[in-house]
Amino acid sequence: MRSLLPPEYIVRIDQDRCRRCGRCVRNCGFGALSFEHSFWHRAKELFQGSTEDLQKVIAHVEEYVPDRVVADNRKCVQCHYCVTHCPEGAINIEPNPLAYKANHYWLPHYQKNIVKQAESGGMILTGSGNDKPYFSYFDHLVLDACQVTNPSIDPLREPMELRTYLGSRPKALEIEQDSDGEPVLKTKLTPQVKLEIPIVFAAMSYGAISLNAQKALAMAAKECGVLMNTGEGGMHRDLYPYADHIIGQVASGRFGVNPEYLERAAMLEIKIGQGAKPGIGGHLPGEKVDEEVSRTRMIPVGSDALSPAPHHDIYSIEDLAQLISALKEATAYTKPVGVKIAAVHNVAAIASGIARAGADVIYIDGFRGGTGATPMIIRDHVGIPIELALAAVDDRLRQEGIRNQVSLIAAGGIRHSGDVAKAIALGADAVAIGTAALIAMGCHVCQQCFSGNCSWGIATQRPELTRHLNPEEAGQRLANLLRGWALELKEILGSLGINAIESLRGSRLRLRGVGLSEQDLEILGVKPAGR
Amino acid sequence: MGCELRNRVEAVEPYRIDAQGMHHRQLNETIRAALSAGYREIILDNVNGQRYIGAGISTPAYIEINGVPGNDLAVFMNGPTIRVHGNGQDGIANTMNSGTVIVDGSAGDVLGYGMRGGRLFVRGDVGYRVGIHMKEYREQVPVLVVGGRAGAFCGEYMAGGVLVVLGLDRLPGQPLTGDYLATGMHGGVIYLRGRVAEHLLGKEVQMFDLNDQDWKLLGGLLDEFGNYFGVDAAELKKDQYTKLLPVSHRPYGRLYVS
Repeated sequence: MRSLLPPEYIVRIDQDRCRRCGRCVRNCGFGALSFEHSFWHRAKELFQGSTEDLQKVIAHVEEYVPDRVVADNRKCVQCHYCVTHCPEGAINIEPNPLAYKANHYWLPHYQKNIVKQAESGGMILTGSGNDKPYFSYFDHLVLDACQVTNPSIDPLREPMELRTYLGSRPKALEIEQDSDGEPVLKTKLTPQVKLEIPIVFAAMSYGAISLNAQKALAMAAKECGVLMNTGEGGMHRDLYPYADHIIGQVASGRFGVNPEYLERAAMLEIKIGQGAKPGIGGHLPGEKVDEEVSRTRMIPVGSDALSPAPHHDIYSIEDLAQLISALKEATAYTKPVGVKIAAVHNVAAIASGIARAGADVIYIDGFRGGTGATPMIIRDHVGIPIELALAAVDDRLRQEGIRNQVSLIAAGGIRHSGDVAKAIALGADAVAIGTAALIAMGCHVCQQCFSGNCSWGIATQRPELTRHLNPEEAGQRLANLLRGWALELKEILGSLGINAIESLRGSRLRLRGVGLSEQDLEILGVKPAGR
Repeated sequence: MGCELRNRVEAVEPYRIDAQGMHHRQLNETIRAALSAGYREIILDNVNGQRYIGAGISTPAYIEINGVPGNDLAVFMNGPTIRVHGNGQDGIANTMNSGTVIVDGSAGDVLGYGMRGGRLFVRGDVGYRVGIHMKEYREQVPVLVVGGRAGAFCGEYMAGGVLVVLGLDRLPGQPLTGDYLATGMHGGVIYLRGRVAEHLLGKEVQMFDLNDQDWKLLGGLLDEFGNYFGVDAAELKKDQYTKLLPVSHRPYGRLYVS
């Protein structure tokens, strides 16, 4: 069917500046740019074999305009790879003002999606996180600081502790004395993993992102003393040297999961849900399952990798307890086992069940969380904000006296260290970042992750594109980002007059709400500013 | 028991564990200790619902179970052979990588979930969602043979491997499997002794007749089944069989628009 979709963007190339190096043409994953071979096309048209034709061609040579770069606006997704990498700064991309007629109700993306569906009869697929203008609670929470009394601390000259352990804690410590009267810890501690900064990288599988992107995450995790997460895609052998800093995910498709995988990972995570697609399974299309992805996921080349919506061995909290125990048995109780869920309406009760099922860590992913691919209707309309979910879960676990049994990781739209501090004050032990990490590697959030055409070499398996991402450089960018956030967190702690992130954890008194309703404040457990 | 196992032995004799009243954690710890002490044959007596037996074990070993092992028998297992003299429960061979499990009686739901390799033979009937999401990778082709009947959603999402349902000892009128047989199947093969009504089939599969290659594969499995359970394989081979294959490897290829 003929497409009636107008181009969303207009690519403008400054032909005076352009020196025809061809970099943009070669690098565009979406094939939006090409050379217009004006000379040869015209010459071929003119030359039919006779001497007169040849003279016409020679005349054409005299007025020849060199080949120029032209854009197919319909193919452009505004990922800015060409704009960023054009050595002459000759490319500009603008939204197409005439794409859709202005309307406050029938916004352009609604119109666009209707046309797409009218032409295809399919579900609209998207990547990245919910971009709709829902209210952000983070933006309506502010942190406290010390003034005069209870002085603030200068983090540049005094020690500041960001170190965080993930794992289950005992309710109390029992100490006994040995024969010399020295105190000895009697309580048997359960396994913990150490984070030097209370941040982990969110689960992004090999398949959803490139191996170079995973390597960058692994390198940065190792350098910064944090963790990255395999996602549901197995662990490529190139990541083995970083395994001490890798969370091994076990999801419903069980891809790449064997005893060796369980043994290698520093920690295990059962993935139940994802903020961008609560209640939805995953589907890595066969085209993305090349030789290396196949080897890592342990499935044949070119076959679809379906991750069912539920784990079919988990239909209840008791069943979840069973998989948690099975993983602990299989690894002889040597590492924490976490459970990742999407933030949904009854998240507090669900989290309580998960804690009682024996999980050591609960990862809650809010509705702003990203994805490699999901139906847009799910991404944009299912799930609840992480701030509310986190506060509700932390409250519930405290009320039930089981908060110590689990560490909480909050995720889904953490954009800066301020969000990190607010999440920790709301009750998180650590946060996870996915989209922020991708942006640090170059991502411009064009939301086309599912297409496999990522020009930045992140969400693609095409070798000519994955080459665009240098794992060392991207890893350094990630490490720099974490360093920057760690410095800022220390500044925040200092201004709060505390010297350890532990002192901020769940300390909602250090938060105030601005412009929040009474009910919001009650759920968040914070006072309004001014009180 | 722990002290006794600390010394590595040149194991010739089997190591016997009385599982009476033992918590699964203690039982599995003892099994792991026996294996690391060098024992390669372990006999478990009075097993009564203890879960996760054989979980993640990668050491070659033979484990004989007298009694009824609990859920997730051989979960993540990689190599050993387990023989159950009794019935099994749910989740046997869950995400198993390699090894063999033989169950003399019947077994429960979700057997062989995500199983990537190895073999599971059940003499009797099995529950729902058996063989769900079985897969295969290169030389690893899992095999699951059910002597009796299977419940609904048998072979759901199956992505690889071989699933056989023989339907032995059925009462007249009892179907071979429940409904939604092989729904979402996109790889591997299912062999049925006899046929099932069309309406029981998932929409992604069709019934086919067996060719010589199928007979070679199935014949070997029937012989193996016969050996384990003292059933006359030659008799079984006289029957009619049907093969289920996915019609497309990409059943979900045309759902989306970008």
